[in-house]
Amino acid sequence: MDIYLLEAIINGVLLGGVLALLALGLNLIFGVIDVVWIAYADLVMCGMYVVYLLCAELGWPLPLACAVAIAVVAVLGVLVHLLIIAPILGSAPINQLLATGGLLFFLQSFATLLFGTEFRNLGLRLPIIELGDIYVSSSRLLAFAAALIGAIALYLFLRRTFIGTAIRAIAQDRDIIGLMGVDQRRIYIVTSAIGGALAGLAACLLALQYDVHPFIGNTFGPLIFMICVLGGLGDMIGGFIAAFIISQIISIGGYYSSTELSYVLAFTLFIVLMFVRPRGILVR
Amino acid sequence: MMLSLAAVSADYGSFRALFDVSLEISSGEAVGVIGPNGAGKTTLMRVISGLVPPSSGTMTFEGRPISGLSAHRMVEQGIAHVPENRRLFPRLTVEDNLRIGAFIPKARPRYAERLDQIYGLFPRLKERREQPAGTLSGGEQQMCAIGRALMSRPKLLLMDEPSAGLAPLVVAQVFSLVRRIRAEGLTVLIVEQNVQQVLEVVNRAYLLQVGAIKLAGTSADLKGNELIRKAYLGL
Repeated sequence: MDIYLLEAIINGVLLGGVLALLALGLNLIFGVIDVVWIAYADLVMCGMYVVYLLCAELGWPLPLACAVAIAVVAVLGVLVHLLIIAPILGSAPINQLLATGGLLFFLQSFATLLFGTEFRNLGLRLPIIELGDIYVSSSRLLAFAAALIGAIALYLFLRRTFIGTAIRAIAQDRDIIGLMGVDQRRIYIVTSAIGGALAGLAACLLALQYDVHPFIGNTFGPLIFMICVLGGLGDMIGGFIAAFIISQIISIGGYYSSTELSYVLAFTLFIVLMFVRPRGILVR
Repeated sequence: MMLSLAAVSADYGSFRALFDVSLEISSGEAVGVIGPNGAGKTTLMRVISGLVPPSSGTMTFEGRPISGLSAHRMVEQGIAHVPENRRLFPRLTVEDNLRIGAFIPKARPRYAERLDQIYGLFPRLKERREQPAGTLSGGEQQMCAIGRALMSRPKLLLMDEPSAGLAPLVVAQVFSLVRRIRAEGLTVLIVEQNVQQVLEVVNRAYLLQVGAIKLAGTSADLKGNELIRKAYLGL
């Protein structure tokens, strides 16, 4: 087998991990609260700036900076819910889209105001790992491992705890969840915090590989939405699988042609699949 | 008095569903609410369990005022509600449905012990513990819904139309279950269209018509009542 193709496939899998993590977060929030956070990728951008500030500017050790970034974005997630979503929870879905869409512009502009538009990076390079003739960046490998651990942790939380069970239940019957002794508002806050924490974790992993700038959310935001829709909005397993499909198309397509064309290919496949499986790849 | 409602009214928007309903239940009693479709029976249950806020009147539970508490607070007080049509979480397993019934902090520490008790009461649920609740038969779903409500260790169990949509044989099972639950010392308030059978398991009953209580009495009284005999027992 072509060694570069193999490398492209491996890179596709590694990229898929982070995208899957973000798709999980977005699907969790959609499934539980029934809103789409248009500005989700921009929360990731905020997290990347936190890592950058603490790590590159203040010289904190990377793990500590990452832990703080995850916490900060989790709090940000709760604030998004309490300040933007909660007041308009009962109104038409379009209002919620517009409100979180407004947040997108707010966050991008605010970041521009604070940091300017220049690209910034952590200034640290993790080594490249050689496996025979294959080169794999260890930051990507680390990102994939951390994304997988994050996804497994979320799975166990949803399966094994009372709050996790309530989170799974609430999407199936919102009206009677109170009869179980569950305070719906509290579950929404916990869900928003988890969604934020996942975005924060993704931010740490992306900060290792990419420069941060105020508009970095635009580069992968649409991709995450496409993945979620492809997997079926709210379907966490479908989204997880779709993340790896899309990342493979981008990675292998990039190998045979160019990165730009591979995005064209991915979005074309998306449109085709929307005709074949409009409610998500796992739903017939 | 365990539960007492004094002149409770409830509205859906501008539509009044309950008019000055007063009702009392003592500890250990089984009380029925009967009446035709649309009489407000379900609304009454939803008001007691906090799903619908009363627009006037007072409610007390074990002497504490509970009017206007939200549903999850009512569960903490010791009121569990088996809703109309069971309303299980269809894609969760039977065991997850039971687990969520024990959500309140008070019930969590003894969850495993309570689960064993419920499985003792409903061996069928234990057999099907890993199955999605939506795949159960109607009777099994009713058992699961009752089991789920019992998981919170309630003092008062509200049951809304437990026999609805079930085959006659299963209906008989459900009512014999109500007897067993009562034998464990639980207080039960049960809403039913199946008047004949509900009067066999309750001590007293109220007749609700167009949102107001028209009649109240012991089961024996009501079985002998001319109106009940004609309109509800078909005699």
